[in-house]
Amino acid sequence: MHTLKASIIKDLKILMRDRIGLLMMFFMPVLLVIVITSVQNSTFELVNNNKITLLAFNRDKGPEGARLLSALEKIGMFRLLPLETPSSDKEISVQMHVKDALVAVVIPVDFSSSIQKRAVDIASRALKDPDSLSQDKNLHATQPDSLLMFYHPVMQPSFRQSIEGAFHSAVQVIQGEAIVKTLYNEVNSHSIPPDLEKDILFGQIPITEIPVSRSGSRVVPNASQHNVPAWTIFAMFFVVVSLGSSVVREKISGSFVRLKTLPSSYLNALFSKQIVYVMVTFLQATVIFAVGNLLFPHIGLPTLHLPGDIPGLILVTLACGWCAASYAICVGVFSETPEQSNGFGAISIIIMAALGGLLVPSFAMPANMQQMLRISPMHWGLEAYYALFLEGGKLKDVFTNILSLAGITIGIQLFTLYGLKKKNLI
Amino acid sequence: MNTSAIAIRSLSFSYPKQEGVQFEEFSLDVPDGMRFGLFGPNGAGKTTLMKLMTGLLKYKKGSIRLLEHEMNGHPKSVNKLFGFVPQDYSFYAELSPRENLAFFGAWYGLSKIEIKKRSSELLEILGLTDVKDRYLHTFSGGMKRRVNLAIGVLHRPRVLFLDEPTVGVDVQSRHAIIQYLKELNRQGTTLVYTSHQLEEAEGLCEKIALMDDGKIIAHDQLATLLKEHRQDGLEGLFLELTGKRFRD
Repeated sequence: MHTLKASIIKDLKILMRDRIGLLMMFFMPVLLVIVITSVQNSTFELVNNNKITLLAFNRDKGPEGARLLSALEKIGMFRLLPLETPSSDKEISVQMHVKDALVAVVIPVDFSSSIQKRAVDIASRALKDPDSLSQDKNLHATQPDSLLMFYHPVMQPSFRQSIEGAFHSAVQVIQGEAIVKTLYNEVNSHSIPPDLEKDILFGQIPITEIPVSRSGSRVVPNASQHNVPAWTIFAMFFVVVSLGSSVVREKISGSFVRLKTLPSSYLNALFSKQIVYVMVTFLQATVIFAVGNLLFPHIGLPTLHLPGDIPGLILVTLACGWCAASYAICVGVFSETPEQSNGFGAISIIIMAALGGLLVPSFAMPANMQQMLRISPMHWGLEAYYALFLEGGKLKDVFTNILSLAGITIGIQLFTLYGLKKKNLI
Repeated sequence: MNTSAIAIRSLSFSYPKQEGVQFEEFSLDVPDGMRFGLFGPNGAGKTTLMKLMTGLLKYKKGSIRLLEHEMNGHPKSVNKLFGFVPQDYSFYAELSPRENLAFFGAWYGLSKIEIKKRSSELLEILGLTDVKDRYLHTFSGGMKRRVNLAIGVLHRPRVLFLDEPTVGVDVQSRHAIIQYLKELNRQGTTLVYTSHQLEEAEGLCEKIALMDDGKIIAHDQLATLLKEHRQDGLEGLFLELTGKRFRD
């Protein structure tokens, strides 16, 4: 016990005197979390709050083109910038660069006539005798010329699809309006009253979004709730860079030769490092959560709301930290040089983060990857944090995750022991 | 001086893949209480032999007994009997001498009181009291060597292995180290010393073994060997027995 205490004091003193190392361990993760949350938050706001600049080139001379632009504006997603019809596609591209727009739409020349012709076709088919309709196989509604949507290649497919969906819904409104009016005229021989038209076309059933939570609270998750826990785990595992290379440096230094000739086991040194670095990871998480909770609202980021079950949060954090420290020591034991430890350690952490669902949500991964993510301790840590931060879960809800993390940690420790014996280090 | 502090019998050892020096049927005795010097050119096997004697390397055949304890697979408690001062600085440069002594003292199994008492004593003897709280990375080579020695003798070992303990130090530090080693020996500690500083070795060692290529080529009292080979110094004897060929 005296040996372990002396080792812990020694490791703490060495750590405290390495100011750059401390800066790397505490300041950099905080910076990482602030940057990632800001980026994700602005993406969220871009999609939900900010408007996307849309260049609109209306070649249509009829009323439907203008109506379409008005419908697009009413969706609330776009800041419309109507421009003179371009002479070529290249000119559209130039205009997009000049106006810094991600999307442009070109309404075809015969858009109004196509819409109206299609409305007449559909109305006449709808009012025909059903028997004669089934016999007339040549009768089909006219397909209008397509809208042209130009987009910047930087735009991701999911974002592009949501814009395309908005276009479809605007066209649907225009098309629906034309069909309803034509049908009404045919049946009633006079124009549709505006209030009825509004009720038919815009009387949509509203959608209310409710986040599911174990605690029954309906707090809407924000970018901080999603990103801070995820990147805290990443930061904890990044101790592999300092701890892994510290193990290698000690291993190749003269002090290690001396330690091997002393009456105490080298396992004391490794156990001490584990204790010290579990404390470090715990402090890292505390600092990051405190920044999310206290500083974020002052720098324009959504507040990180801490989970209700603080003992659960502490246990998950300790389990993650223990796993991270064990992994770092394992990398240090098997590496021959600090460069090997740093290179392998850093890359393997990024791979584990990708597998664990930190970079891409696990539900969006292909089936085979969803099986593989179980081997990443970050997956179990992230699931546990999400259960606590997003779903209002309690310790009992994350107990399986803690057990899985402990299982992986024990596996890593056994592998480290094998390495120590194989390399004649104990 | 009838018993052996170290008794090596029919030792066979080779590194994996046959790299480096090999020992075949190697035997050597270091009498208890002796100041014993182990010399030889680079690659002769001195450091490997030190590592074998301190249990840092394991051997397949033969035996090495340190104060009657077999060193292959020895229990950790045997390590209390000897001290090791490696050629490389074996301490934490981010800590002060006092902090290093406190850490290594705990690893030797000394109590807090023993550590405190012995640390003050050693820091005083080796002229480090005034700098006991300064970080070691700010020290000169001579000061670092003295700290390296202090850590090795903190637990009052019965046998002390010294691998080039004075390399790269100034005259004052060398003098302090050699005088302290002689004092330790007077108190009963057996010294097993290796160095390329032959003049210094002549003043320190009572008995020597000259090694080359994993074999003992001469082994006796220094005075006897010098007389036998009609040499007036260790350097002449060394060159006569090992030749003038470079050993890199």
